[in-house]
Amino acid sequence: MVANPFTSLLEQSEPATASGYADHPPRMGFFTDTSVCIGCKACEVACKEWNHVPEDGLVFTGMSYDNTVGLGADTWRHVAFIEQRKPLGQQVTGHGDAGIRWLMASDVCKHCTHAACLDVCPTGALFRTEFATVVVQEDVCNGCGYCIPACPYGVIDQRQGDGRAWKCTLCYDRLGVGAEPACAKACPTDSIQFGVLEELRERADNRLSQLHGAGVADARLYGRDPDDGVGGDGAFFLLLDEPEVYGLPPDPVVTTRDLPEMWRRVAVAAALVAGAVALGFARSVT
Amino acid sequence: MGTSFGRGGATTFQQDLQNADCILIEGSNMAECHPVGFQWVMEAKARGATLIHVDPRYTRTSAVADMHVPIRAGSDIAFLGGIVNYVIGHDAYFHDYVVAFTNAPTIVSGDFVDTEDLDGVFSGLDAEQRSYDPSSWQYEGATVQASSGQREQEPDTRVAEQQGSPGSHSGEHQPSVSGSGRGTTHGSGGAPVPSSVERDETLQHPRCVFQIVKRHFSRYTPEMVEEICGIPQDLFLEVCRTVAENSGRERTTALAYAVGWTQHTVGAQYIRTAAILQLLLGNIGRPGGGILALRGHASIQGSTDIPTLYNLLPGYIPMPHAHRDEDLDMFIEGASTAKGYWGGMRSYLVSLLKAWWGPHATEANDYCFDYLPRLTGSHGTYETVMAQMDGGCKGYFVVGENPAVGSANAKMQRLGMANLDWLVVRDFSLIESATWWKDGPEIETGELATEDIGTEVFFFPAAAHTEKNGSFTNTQRMLQWHHAAVEPGGDARSDLWFYYHLGRRIRQKLAGSTDEMDRPLLELQWDYPTEGSVTEPSADAVLAEINGWDAEGRPLTSYEQLDEDGSTACGCWIYCGVYATGVNQASRRKPGREQSWVAPEWGWAWPANRRIIYNRASADRDGKPWSERKAYVWWDEDEAKWVGHDVPDFDPAKSPWHRPPAGATGAQALAGDDAFVMQGDGKAWLYVPAGLTDGPLPAHYEAQDSPFPNLLYPHQQRNPVRQVFSRRHNRYHPNPSQPGSDVFPYVLTTYRLTEHHTAGGMSRWLAYLSELQPEMFCEVSPELAAERGLEHNGWATVITARGAIEARVLVTDRMRPLTVQGRVLHQIGLPYHWGPNGYARGDAANELAGLSLDPNCHIQEVKAMTGDIRPGRRPRGAARVELVEEYIRRAGITADTGMEARGGR
Repeated sequence: MVANPFTSLLEQSEPATASGYADHPPRMGFFTDTSVCIGCKACEVACKEWNHVPEDGLVFTGMSYDNTVGLGADTWRHVAFIEQRKPLGQQVTGHGDAGIRWLMASDVCKHCTHAACLDVCPTGALFRTEFATVVVQEDVCNGCGYCIPACPYGVIDQRQGDGRAWKCTLCYDRLGVGAEPACAKACPTDSIQFGVLEELRERADNRLSQLHGAGVADARLYGRDPDDGVGGDGAFFLLLDEPEVYGLPPDPVVTTRDLPEMWRRVAVAAALVAGAVALGFARSVT
Repeated sequence: MGTSFGRGGATTFQQDLQNADCILIEGSNMAECHPVGFQWVMEAKARGATLIHVDPRYTRTSAVADMHVPIRAGSDIAFLGGIVNYVIGHDAYFHDYVVAFTNAPTIVSGDFVDTEDLDGVFSGLDAEQRSYDPSSWQYEGATVQASSGQREQEPDTRVAEQQGSPGSHSGEHQPSVSGSGRGTTHGSGGAPVPSSVERDETLQHPRCVFQIVKRHFSRYTPEMVEEICGIPQDLFLEVCRTVAENSGRERTTALAYAVGWTQHTVGAQYIRTAAILQLLLGNIGRPGGGILALRGHASIQGSTDIPTLYNLLPGYIPMPHAHRDEDLDMFIEGASTAKGYWGGMRSYLVSLLKAWWGPHATEANDYCFDYLPRLTGSHGTYETVMAQMDGGCKGYFVVGENPAVGSANAKMQRLGMANLDWLVVRDFSLIESATWWKDGPEIETGELATEDIGTEVFFFPAAAHTEKNGSFTNTQRMLQWHHAAVEPGGDARSDLWFYYHLGRRIRQKLAGSTDEMDRPLLELQWDYPTEGSVTEPSADAVLAEINGWDAEGRPLTSYEQLDEDGSTACGCWIYCGVYATGVNQASRRKPGREQSWVAPEWGWAWPANRRIIYNRASADRDGKPWSERKAYVWWDEDEAKWVGHDVPDFDPAKSPWHRPPAGATGAQALAGDDAFVMQGDGKAWLYVPAGLTDGPLPAHYEAQDSPFPNLLYPHQQRNPVRQVFSRRHNRYHPNPSQPGSDVFPYVLTTYRLTEHHTAGGMSRWLAYLSELQPEMFCEVSPELAAERGLEHNGWATVITARGAIEARVLVTDRMRPLTVQGRVLHQIGLPYHWGPNGYARGDAANELAGLSLDPNCHIQEVKAMTGDIRPGRRPRGAARVELVEEYIRRAGITADTGMEARGGR
């Protein structure tokens, strides 16, 4: 049923179709609008509750209100807190000329259009769902770990003492029964919006121009562009600063992008070697 | 709220915030503490509203606001008073609303003398007794009684007058109105006002309320605000302009506050200042306006409606006094009102007594009025702690509370519990209040030894809300039913189970007793059906009793059906209707998309399912909406009734032009423009002639512990009638001009984080929440960190005259040093969630807090304190006590420090 991902790579922007689903629902995803995030972390807790993700340690980090630090095997939603000495759009504060702002953003697996983790998985534990999301099957994963360096965002991760790879499933089980993912359900301000990706992209475009109109010049979309290095993200973001500020790579590229070319070259090289060997053999015979 | 408007609940509901043109959040960190309700603030923002957050810290609320105004903790009356002064001075008040619906035109007695002329105090102060005699605050030629608040202020006189011996009760009067404990009736109101009070609708009479308010606040200038609050004038004036421009006929501004306003020695007056402002701007009773009192989780409103407070009966009926309220008639005379809905007091109380004692309650025995307990003094939570320490209180139930770390002066809480005969703790986990006797801080310091403690401690595991049926009454007076998903495991039981079976067993033990003393218990109607394997009493049956029934046992639909002849029974008159037609209205969950935005079929709100109260004021005197944009409830001439989006908070058939006949009483005495139906004069009170213990108008007083002298009233540092307690473990800091005051140079303020729940009993034991905020920390500015050598991520010790705690250091620009009275002030932020037990542990901020209370509602002042901070962890063992004693010595603190009523700078 699932087609060889290498053949579809970069040629198909509809991943479910590319993965061989003849009849599938529209591509579903997240639009995380960080401009309305209030940093309540309900998404982190709801995700852990629903998916039985283990607690991962009591560490006071001093990184503002972020004691979670980043996505990992035991954190599938992570809210970053960034304190800056600069103003937020037209916000008036009594904090001097430099101003102050406190950015909050809930990060999650991007569910890439071109997902390297999926490409490199030798067991088929990682698969593309009919919603075009990317999910690890915990009963299939053998813990080889190939997917971990493959992810351009550093999202997927091996669980300590377990060895298997874990990440956001975009609540595949909930989607299957028509429910929205736990994090989106719990988000009180609709910072995390779940829906048909095409509609979310339109909504995000509107929100972006609204913010630009309101003087928030730094606002930008991240992962929305289908022409970026991963073919666009199934989970994309509205950010208020450079991606690096949030710990996101500025220009992610699917790490398996060059594989077909490499294999083509390998094939050419192999053919050349074979030819040379054959030639040499022929010569030696003659 | 109660004294200003008539009822002690939020005037609006959270969903209505979306209609606001401006939202001012102050004394609340709504995004962090009410994140779910905050969605309506975000909705308002999306619709173009301006969001202003006034707070000492730049919080998660500030992060999404249009304006953040850093303020010195404890200076909000100066700030709000400054806006009041701006609004009056710039003629920005809503004239027609003010004249129609407030007591602005009412003439005040010539006996009243304001702070302007009495060096910062009001007339009637007895400094010796630390109390006010409020008689001079009255209206001209009228005695009006408070709809809520200190309702006992006048009845003595009135009863005495009735008996023809004026003044004869004065000798018996409690030494202080605040001490008597009859107050804090935040609920619903009304009072005997002679049917007409003197009014000057031109607002020109020098003794009309408007002129008094204008004079009173005239010294609250932008310059004063800057000096006192540390807010630059241009920033302050921008707030004034924004609020004023977003109020009036076409626009409305909403105010939201929480315990950042209440937990002060002048807490009730903070809210009063907000009430004055919102009334002047015409924002009460209108969509997108109002004052949203954000109550704590999850049923704090419910716990005052059907109270856990010692001085109230259900529905804000005051608890009778031992020596004054000899019989039902005397009680009703003292507590009810001639005009407004409190005129029905006898019906409400008789119906309550019928609900409790059923057929035993008859006209012949005053409906068992004598069975009610009586007050002999003030028995608030902090007085109870002192009674424990002094040996007067022998037993203690601790339920849904963790005073060993969650109440102010945590040490005294524990020392009080260590002096009991028995202690019952009901909670999910072994919270600090259940284990202080073996591992509390005093065991470590050697101040207590387990073997010397005589208290017998009983711990009962409690059921969670998912394991029991019942209701929450949320911040907007709305009852929502929750259904048990599973039965509680192990020995865990619901509170309902505990009290029902406790009562049942006590009654069993007393069965057959002929002792008169036991009759109230034996005759109590205590026969709720039980269900399930744990014999859980039926919560539904309890709700049905709260709703009440008529003589035939049919469920009532409205409190207007209640009768004083004993034919109706009702467990809480303001909840009457919650079980109308025999259906649990609180369990209604009709989706929002299937009904109007007001969503009247989602849960049930008191009173009478109204979502915005005083909504008669959303229309003008003639019953027409002030503007189409802000239409809510209006008079329909054709139908001859009030109609609109909500249940009118008014007699639906009473025309706007109605004038009551002479001699009418109760609700009948209300005129067609008396929009504040609980009030004794039908008007909202800018000036409170009765009901508050510390003055008819708010005045800025400094906190009990403050680093600054009172600039506004140089001869009166603090609220003269605040409650203070000179005790060994409750020492106060020196006055700002005294030597030693520099020992505690910084302002401390306590607060909550989203990640934890109050004193931690419901969060510090949970891994998913603990990992998000794993340790106690303090928030300091980079400037303070440099001044004191504090290292980010390191440790600091915070010290007051009450205790010393350690915390991790979070250095952040969000803590902004302020310039106050010419010098730089640093404020230190202290979340109060932690304690030594549980999964996420840390010292409790409440170790630092002293007991100094608001005289109206006896709430502790923990939002504005002073202290010192130094790098490193605190000393262990006895050295911890020694450190605090060293500070006390160095500051020259004695038993008299900070105790004075008058003066004190």
